[in-house]
Amino acid sequence: MSLQRRTFIALALAAGAGLFPSTAAFADSALDGVMAKKSIAIAIPTDFPPYGFVGTDMAPQGLDVDMAKLIAARLGVAVELVPVSSANRIPYLQTHKADLVISTLGKNPEREKVIDFTAAYSPFFQAVFAPKTLSIKSAADLGGKSVGVTRGAIEDMELSKIAPPTADVKRFEDNNATVSAFVSGQVQVIATGASVAGNMMARNPQLGTEFKLLLKESPNYIGVAKGDDKLRLKINEIIAAARASGEIDRLCQKWLGRGAGDLPN
Amino acid sequence: MVQLDFAAVLVDWPLLLRGAAFTLGLTAVASVLGLALGVACARARTHGPAWLRAIAAAYVELIRNTPFIVQLFFIFFGLPSLGLRLSSEAASIIAMTLNLGAYAAEIVRAGIESTPRGQLEAARSLAMTEGQVFLKVVLPPSLGRVWPAMVSQIVIVMLGSAVCGQIAAQELSYYTNLIMSRNFRSFEANFVAAALYLAMAVLLRQLLTWAGPRWIFGRIAPAGR
Repeated sequence: MSLQRRTFIALALAAGAGLFPSTAAFADSALDGVMAKKSIAIAIPTDFPPYGFVGTDMAPQGLDVDMAKLIAARLGVAVELVPVSSANRIPYLQTHKADLVISTLGKNPEREKVIDFTAAYSPFFQAVFAPKTLSIKSAADLGGKSVGVTRGAIEDMELSKIAPPTADVKRFEDNNATVSAFVSGQVQVIATGASVAGNMMARNPQLGTEFKLLLKESPNYIGVAKGDDKLRLKINEIIAAARASGEIDRLCQKWLGRGAGDLPN
Repeated sequence: MVQLDFAAVLVDWPLLLRGAAFTLGLTAVASVLGLALGVACARARTHGPAWLRAIAAAYVELIRNTPFIVQLFFIFFGLPSLGLRLSSEAASIIAMTLNLGAYAAEIVRAGIESTPRGQLEAARSLAMTEGQVFLKVVLPPSLGRVWPAMVSQIVIVMLGSAVCGQIAAQELSYYTNLIMSRNFRSFEANFVAAALYLAMAVLLRQLLTWAGPRWIFGRIAPAGR
């Protein structure tokens, strides 16, 4: 075997090892790694005002971003914000590219199979919105209409359950594409989170969009890697303290214009 | 180590199959239209009047120097504000056709410009019209010479159609992402999709290499004979 060939194989093995990190790292709590390197990687949305969006100064801001900063501050570490989309935020956590997901994440049984959730930190609901001229009184009225939704989001799951087979559900990659499709008239109806709809309605009053059907009340939780109880319990402590001190209420008032209300644990 | 579970993805095989068929359908329509557009632009750039050459050149440069996804988003999200509203399928086909057309124009032009002068002079001395010379003498052997490059470009356009899922065209990567967002099996879903794309690309290349000499430009005597 020539030297070049051996070098090549060694390099290939090294590259392979890099792609599949050792299992030992997964067994430990992400909290140990965070405290050791004095920095926590938190996945946040950048397409989801007012929870997470990019301001005119190009820096991420919003309720989720403030929550991420609050948690990093309580842990006494630096925060590394990782922008994610609705579709890829869970893979980021699964592949340990992020220690926490604070990305307007709702809890459902499918997700609970693959990741764990902390206590809730902010209120949220998903609904169906459409122009006033379109009559939608029940899920059956969605039949024959084109409905835009962001793939993989809670509203996608809920809509898929109630929409009649004749509804033309169009799934888009992220909230920007879904909103663009609705605003440009590519879909007649939009199923999305209240905050996205509120922002869209404020910017496009000419569309005459209104609330039609409630899909789900779904408070936001922080996602942690499956089985990482040490990190989850630590975050729960921080959330409980922030609720008690009124900090979470202040954040909700600042970004949502309403208090946190009753949040489940 | 992550536990792999391909069954969780393969159980949705009807969706994967429907997506693969849709990708092939998009590619088939866009290939035929894009090839025709490419030949027309190549003809315009080599034989057309100056203003037509300028238009064809501008189109080719515009398409070849902008990303496909931007072209696609412009057609799907941008044109409605000008009053032209297209379905995601129509927008995908138009974007793929325009994209292939620009690259095909340059590929075909290379073939046309490599036509030996003697053949042109011989055709003209037989009193063929310019149109006849182009269609019967110049174009078929030109296509034959550039066919391998053309086949590669068509395969590239087929693989590029993976981004059409972003505007909810229900092709293979759209269903892959849908399955992934349901069961979170991203490695397996992407692995299966990659295998399907690979198989489709190999088959498409074989098919076009076989079909070209038989159906599109005829058998050509090898050069130098």
